[in-house]
Amino acid sequence: MFSGWSFIRLGTILVYVFMFAPVSVVVLLSFNSSQFGSFPMEGLSFRWFVALWDNAAIVRAFQTSMMLGALTAVISTTLGVLASLAMVRYTFPGKTAISTALIAPILVPEVVLAVALLLFLGAMGVPKSFPLLLAGHVIFTLPFVVLVVQARLVSVKREYEEAAMSLGAGPIETFFQITLPLILPAVLAGGLFAFTISFDDITGTLFWKPGGVETVPTQIFAMLRNSISPEINALGTVMIVVTVALPLLGAAAARRLSRKQ
Amino acid sequence: MASLDPADNTWQPWRLLAPSLTAILLLLAIPVAFIAVYSFWLRTATGADVAGFHLDNWIEVLTDPFYRDILGYTVWVAFATTVICALAGYIPAYFIATTQFKHKAFLLLLLMLPFWISYIIRTMSWINILGSSGIVNAALIWLGITDEPIQMLYNQGTVIVGLVHFLLPFMILNIYVSLYGIDRNLVDAARSLGCTGWQAFREVTLPLSMPGLAAGSLLCFVLGAGTYITPLVLGGPTDAMFANLVFDAIITQLNWPLGSALSLVLLILLGLVVAVYNRFAGMNQIAKSFG
Repeated sequence: MFSGWSFIRLGTILVYVFMFAPVSVVVLLSFNSSQFGSFPMEGLSFRWFVALWDNAAIVRAFQTSMMLGALTAVISTTLGVLASLAMVRYTFPGKTAISTALIAPILVPEVVLAVALLLFLGAMGVPKSFPLLLAGHVIFTLPFVVLVVQARLVSVKREYEEAAMSLGAGPIETFFQITLPLILPAVLAGGLFAFTISFDDITGTLFWKPGGVETVPTQIFAMLRNSISPEINALGTVMIVVTVALPLLGAAAARRLSRKQ
Repeated sequence: MASLDPADNTWQPWRLLAPSLTAILLLLAIPVAFIAVYSFWLRTATGADVAGFHLDNWIEVLTDPFYRDILGYTVWVAFATTVICALAGYIPAYFIATTQFKHKAFLLLLLMLPFWISYIIRTMSWINILGSSGIVNAALIWLGITDEPIQMLYNQGTVIVGLVHFLLPFMILNIYVSLYGIDRNLVDAARSLGCTGWQAFREVTLPLSMPGLAAGSLLCFVLGAGTYITPLVLGGPTDAMFANLVFDAIITQLNWPLGSALSLVLLILLGLVVAVYNRFAGMNQIAKSFG
């Protein structure tokens, strides 16, 4: 059995190396001072990050992605929290079907969703534009928020809400005074999840974005058309910091919040 | 909030669901129905759409060997990706679920990390590894094994490597969730009744982890078969997958009726896979990994 277990341990190490080595190389090469940004590395430098900062197109793509991600997170989380309350706190006819409908946007392949939304809203007079991007990102992230918030809401006892209401609080007051504080970590997690998915999305975004507007992923994709440049690695590093550091900070904040209560 | 007055409770859930259901109806259900109708229209040479009930797009999509070959290629790539993910994913999932290793929580956290790292970054990162000036070629030249960089990128193999890299975390997470839920006493019981370690694994652990393996495989297959970015970044000219055809029809050729028909083929194919899965396993397993 010993050899079996060491095989498993070795396999695990290899899989982790496979998962993280390529991304680590991106981060490493983004600090490469060499002109071509490839191996062998010549020295450490921040020149490619400075180059990013001076590149107006990249700064604009960054602003677009941030704005899109933030709006997506706010809208998607609002819709998702309301829907989760209905799904967890009530029984009503057709609940199973509604439950499937709520996760339908991730059951449909994203390419199909992208085509359907583009062509239908196009026929309704909505051109490729920021609102189309936002609509697409909201519908695509909604199921993730619903799944995260539902999972948390199930474990919040409804007795707290019933106690508040029997003491005379209305449903809305009960929600803001009792339920929301209790599910806040999940709401924040859902919102961050929606932000990250939106910030990372490229499959749908390439269909929906108007000409001349780029998000960070589509900007990287466009730059790859030429060849891999050190600037792409630097942009990748910035993106990893945004999408990894933000959730970690969020988780830390949520832990502090829940400790205070 | 469930009100204490039962009369309020009939409409309240629908009021809460209204915004989400409206969004899903307007941004998903009706659009998909719309492309179903649109796929029977015709795009003329002048670029105008002819409304009506024309089977031309469907006949082209279903009979032209060009589309059939690419559909077959797509299914093959997604299948190979899924099998590799299952084999490579089971090992770390099993390790994390059963180890006494004190940094287990850290391993789990690391496992979540790729979900937060952009798909395009993870895909293009392979250019740094396997590209002509990538780390592997740099090492081979430095070792004197070769003088010229070896062309390792832009083929079917690298498309599968990219997809496995993208989808492996989904597989590991699903298998882990399922292994984690297994009562360890069952394995101990099997061992005390004379099973070898391998037998206990094959007869007890493996069957009980099937739900996770199936859920992970479903995600890998469906997400793998629906991609067009990976073949564009890591594939060669002959590595187009079905979603690339959709992208070309819609964005490059602007043949929207044809693009609609192609999208629907993909939707029906993957819908069938999901339906078969749902019939045997149910969708609840997938929701579990969000807990």
